[in-house]
Amino acid sequence: MLQTGLEHIESEQAFQETLEKNENVMVCCGRMGPMCLPVYDIMEELRPEYTHVAFRDMAFDAPVGRVIRSLPETAGFMGLPFTVYFKNGKVVAATSSIQSMDQVTAILDEQFGAEG
Amino acid sequence: MSTHYDIVILGAGPAGLTAAIYAARARRSVLVLDTGTVGGQPVLTHAVANYPGVAETSGRNLVQVMAQQARDFGAEVVAFARITEVDLAGEVKSITLRNGTRYTATAAVVATGGVPRKLGVDGEDRFVGQGISYCATCDGDFFTDRPIAVVGGGNSALEEAVSLSRYASRITVIHEFDHFQAEPWIVAEARANPKIEFLMNQRVLGFTGESALAAVRSADKDTGDLHETVVDGCFVFVGYVPNSAVLSDQVKTSERGEILADEALRTSQPGVFAAGDVRNKRVRQITTAVADGTVAALSALDHVNEAVT
Repeated sequence: MLQTGLEHIESEQAFQETLEKNENVMVCCGRMGPMCLPVYDIMEELRPEYTHVAFRDMAFDAPVGRVIRSLPETAGFMGLPFTVYFKNGKVVAATSSIQSMDQVTAILDEQFGAEG
Repeated sequence: MSTHYDIVILGAGPAGLTAAIYAARARRSVLVLDTGTVGGQPVLTHAVANYPGVAETSGRNLVQVMAQQARDFGAEVVAFARITEVDLAGEVKSITLRNGTRYTATAAVVATGGVPRKLGVDGEDRFVGQGISYCATCDGDFFTDRPIAVVGGGNSALEEAVSLSRYASRITVIHEFDHFQAEPWIVAEARANPKIEFLMNQRVLGFTGESALAAVRSADKDTGDLHETVVDGCFVFVGYVPNSAVLSDQVKTSERGEILADEALRTSQPGVFAAGDVRNKRVRQITTAVADGTVAALSALDHVNEAVT
């Protein structure tokens, strides 16, 4: 279990429901480690502005983490966290390792449109 | 909208938060702005074991307590501030955010810290997260039974090389000099580790690979002999660069961009003080950042007191 203020995805069913119920989804799959924590903080900070995006986290080592670890888009990733952006259930962007606020907002704005 | 504070502090790492604790406890209005998350570099540190008076803890826990102390004394601490303009010249210092909010202050403490230095060579950005990493504790297990390189020769590089030997099949430490900057105890520990070998006096030329990192290219600095170290991963620990660009030319800096300050941590700009890793100094530890924050706050308080009398 991740200790963040984000909604956690804890099962594959919850993952599928999240994709079905939300057009735009950002999932950060990581641990409570130094490269992951800043990304969770960024997501919490952006959540009130990007109301058209569902921000979720997922424990990398939990069984559900498989849904992110096994994506073709994360093959070859060797840096936590794995952050994946979905639009209408399809992967539109994925990043490996720590990201800055500017890097995250650039992807959000490009894929989902600026803050809602 | 414009709001005036006695002291504005740029940076919410240990130096900035300590300055906020001292200044707010002196009953001055204090605003702390950070363009990232609260905590600075220690957030990226798994374990802090040498901070006096505190048993081993995570860097994040340590700075969260500092931030809470600052808030308890009345300081406002703002993370992810989208700063568009910093004007520290003149008697009134001003900071403008992207949303148009403008903060002014009588004194400013610059505690913007530093960021990990990159090598600046071909392939470095491309392979971050796909072979290149800056955090051994985060990403070490991706390289279990695989060959890796560590670039650097200071304490961090050699400590992480030893730590990574739990996972990797072979570690090549690539260093730019023919001697190490690290302390003798960790040099001895690394040399005694059968998984670690050394490639000294090297200039790293670049990183190569297809979809993931495959090799580190380097050259001997004296002979020019080329080396290709075949690896699946590379951890880079080559120091830090100061976060002083936001100030442009408003305070004097060293040729490395570190802010120059006197013993009272006064910069070349009246009413502007520097603290922590952003200033010109040799030792960069949480303890020295905290000491800097204390001195800078007390000097800033003197400046504010003189300004209002």
